[in-house]
Amino acid sequence: MSPPHEKVDPRAVRTEALETLLTEQGLVSPDAIDAILRHYEQDVGPMNGARVVARAWTDPAYRERLLADGYSAISELGFGGPQGEQLVVVENTPTVNNIVVCTLCSCYPWPVLGLPPSWYKDPSYRSRLVREPRKVLGEFGLEVPEEVELRVWDSSAEIRYMVLPERPAGTEGESEPALAARVSRDAMIGVARL
Amino acid sequence: MSERERVLAQDGPAAPPRTNGELVFAEPWESRIFGVTLALYEAGRFAWPEFQSRLVDAIARHQAEIGDGEYQYYACWLEAFRTLAGDKGWLDADTLDRLERELADRSAGHDH
Repeated sequence: MSPPHEKVDPRAVRTEALETLLTEQGLVSPDAIDAILRHYEQDVGPMNGARVVARAWTDPAYRERLLADGYSAISELGFGGPQGEQLVVVENTPTVNNIVVCTLCSCYPWPVLGLPPSWYKDPSYRSRLVREPRKVLGEFGLEVPEEVELRVWDSSAEIRYMVLPERPAGTEGESEPALAARVSRDAMIGVARL
Repeated sequence: MSERERVLAQDGPAAPPRTNGELVFAEPWESRIFGVTLALYEAGRFAWPEFQSRLVDAIARHQAEIGDGEYQYYACWLEAFRTLAGDKGWLDADTLDRLERELADRSAGHDH
């Protein structure tokens, strides 16, 4: 007797068919795919960007290099890979608050932040941030005074953006690892302060 | 247990990544199509804008269709990749259709 009918997800079926055919043709290997997934599960994530930020806070020369050429600077710390080759780091100041979006899809600086959260890819964030940034930030719990300029960076082309948050007051003398532990993913997207 | 089954088990070291409490991949197939895409990219089979432009198009079509309905990002990714694969000549549409039907029949538990 055959097992009860299960609901078939056509997307899972299509994905399996694609992977099977491409493997049979020697265009991909399951080992390569598994290595890629391990990389994005373990090696790549906001903890990378946090280390970059902590270095920039404690080393003014590094900070200048980071702002001049983001990809070269993160390479100094051993970070790199797809979706970072044209990385631009934008610094927050007392008068400027930067925020990053990809209005057309989901472009995001993988080497320093990993893969983007669902809300970043959602049509609501992508369309509303450019139109009403102060309101969207308020919904994230970030109230930005009127005198602070908001700069919205749209990642849709080749450039990927990361925000260099302001260093919190009262952290003088802290070690780089301690500083890095303060840095959140959302602060490096620009929707949170530290 | 095969490698594929282990990945699909969703427990232990192969569990989906959770960053800040969120799943990066909600379903195993999402991680597989991501991995397939990146593998071909890292092998130099396409330039990223070739995939990205198709992703942008798929997202635009999807958003127009769903109205207030649920946004399915990786469904757009899958569609963009499928289009790219066809345009690049990596696979034959009839072969893909036939294999999809076989896999769907197997999953639904039809007798052979």
